[in-house]
Amino acid sequence: MIAFVGRRALQSIVVLAIVSFISFLIFQYIGDPVLTMAGQFATQAEQAQIREALGLDRPFYVQYAEFVGNALRGNLGVSYVARVPALGLILERLPASIELAVAAELLAVGLGVSLGSLAAAYPRSAFSKATLTGSLLGVSVPTFIVGIALILVFAVGLGWLPPFGRGEVVPVFGSWRTGFVTASGLQHLILPALTLGMFQLALLFRLTRGGVIEALQTDYVRTARAKGLGPVRVIVKHALRNVLIPVVTMIGLQFGQLIGFSLVTETIFQWPGAGNLLLQSIFESDFPVVASYIIIVALLVVGLNLLVDIAYAFLDPRIRYG
Amino acid sequence: MAEARGDIVATGAASGILARRPSARARLLRHFLARPLAVAAAAFLVILIIGAAGAPLIAPQNPYNLQALNLADSLLPPAWMAGGKMPYLLGTDVQGRDIFSTILFGSQTSLIVGTGVVLIAGSLGGFIGLVAGYFGGWIDTVTMRIADSLLSFSTTLIALLLLGIIKNGSVGLVILAIVVSGWVQYARTMRGSVLAVKEEDYVLAARAIGGGALRLILKHVLPNAVAPLLVIAAVDFGVAVMLEATLSFLGVGVPVTQPSLGMMISQGKDFIYAGMWWLIAFPAGVLMGIVFSLNILADWLRDEINPRLQRR
Repeated sequence: MIAFVGRRALQSIVVLAIVSFISFLIFQYIGDPVLTMAGQFATQAEQAQIREALGLDRPFYVQYAEFVGNALRGNLGVSYVARVPALGLILERLPASIELAVAAELLAVGLGVSLGSLAAAYPRSAFSKATLTGSLLGVSVPTFIVGIALILVFAVGLGWLPPFGRGEVVPVFGSWRTGFVTASGLQHLILPALTLGMFQLALLFRLTRGGVIEALQTDYVRTARAKGLGPVRVIVKHALRNVLIPVVTMIGLQFGQLIGFSLVTETIFQWPGAGNLLLQSIFESDFPVVASYIIIVALLVVGLNLLVDIAYAFLDPRIRYG
Repeated sequence: MAEARGDIVATGAASGILARRPSARARLLRHFLARPLAVAAAAFLVILIIGAAGAPLIAPQNPYNLQALNLADSLLPPAWMAGGKMPYLLGTDVQGRDIFSTILFGSQTSLIVGTGVVLIAGSLGGFIGLVAGYFGGWIDTVTMRIADSLLSFSTTLIALLLLGIIKNGSVGLVILAIVVSGWVQYARTMRGSVLAVKEEDYVLAARAIGGGALRLILKHVLPNAVAPLLVIAAVDFGVAVMLEATLSFLGVGVPVTQPSLGMMISQGKDFIYAGMWWLIAFPAGVLMGIVFSLNILADWLRDEINPRLQRR
């Protein structure tokens, strides 16, 4: 058990080391900080002076060690554009991104699992066939088209929901301001959350439907039915339980994808999150912010994967020896 | 699905009653024709390929020849609506480009990116998976760890970062940026099926009579392990088309001088409040049509390769 967790933790550290190295390369060698600091019209001597002041004349590995040392202390450089610490900029935007992701995930899991079970309960019904084709459509529509279509219909056409922004937010603690508790915040959340969750919703629907149909053909479900249990009880209590493991796996696996899709969603809805900041920073060649974003995302993804692996090892003894 | 019922009769116990055994190819065709959605999907793709390949001949206008554009004809609605006129069948954009022509040229880019990604990522991933699965050991460990790590990050994010940092994107760079993490799926699938095939009796027999590793791989393992890769390729083609559109939509994909469905939608987005839906609806429809068709065909292929699942 300890050996398994240790091995996984070691792998995570290797991945983080590689990611930090890539970030370092971006930070140090792309988007020349000397030119940025000195301006285009600096003389050779001035440039050399700044290079020395920044420590860029030292050997490559010394610089990398320093970069990692600084990163561990939470210092990821200063944004070229905003002139404030890059890490702070991202952490400030993170709550908005996390709230959007959580809302999207809740929508996807809630609707995906319930509709999937319903479709599995009546596999020959028109509802089942329509939703199955609909789910194929759901994985075929790129996130940005989902977002634009939702804006076109519900914001421009019907005028029911706001097309962009985060609405009214209230401070919770520190820099965390939430949109979950105001009416305006919730209204602003619906369209982006649906956009971000659509792909996973379709995926979870297909997974649940397939899994429940398979489970309904097993002996233990037949036994439960023979006992005289109703269809709802059979599905919820017996069939669905066996589908939950792949569903949880899928949610864990899709977390990285969710971050990717959130970039697109945040851009379309002008959501003030970290993804939006990243895109802006890419266009402004603000590489300290880009490098910091990469490190934060890597920490989140690798950390979450490690947690999922450990949770599995606890739940399923077979995995420990895999 | 409804069409599955017929299959059970043909492939299940009843097939013995049917006196003749249709050849594999005929059966494939029959199953295909029994699925109206799959036929429609294939027809759509064939028409699109012809349209894209013949764009210079078919398109009423070359939308990337600035001299062919007439600013007076900008933002026209589709020809059947009030204010619309021929030859602008589906209307025009803000620069006076014919939407129909731009879609034809934009589909070229989509298809080129899809083909490029599937060919490069498929052969690279297939090769890595084959080697990892067949030889195992440290090669397997290292490549699969890399694959796992790449898989936990989003392909969109990786491609976006690469293209955003390199700047000056091109179609080739977009393909490569997608391939960077795109090979993983192929490698994992190939590895899985190689591991299964490797222990089959015919492979063991071939090894027992002294077949070399290369001969074993090429003659026995590869041909029997490659089928699941076809399903991945069909899905992945669609994913690559979506990714190119997404990257171009975000402004880091193909350069603005290149036609792209994603870029059309990105430019049309600024006009949705003015109710100019045609700027987005037509390119988005074609884009979704491509991906949806490929997913339908992938579903059909999956059922053919794995008949056990067909009974659902």
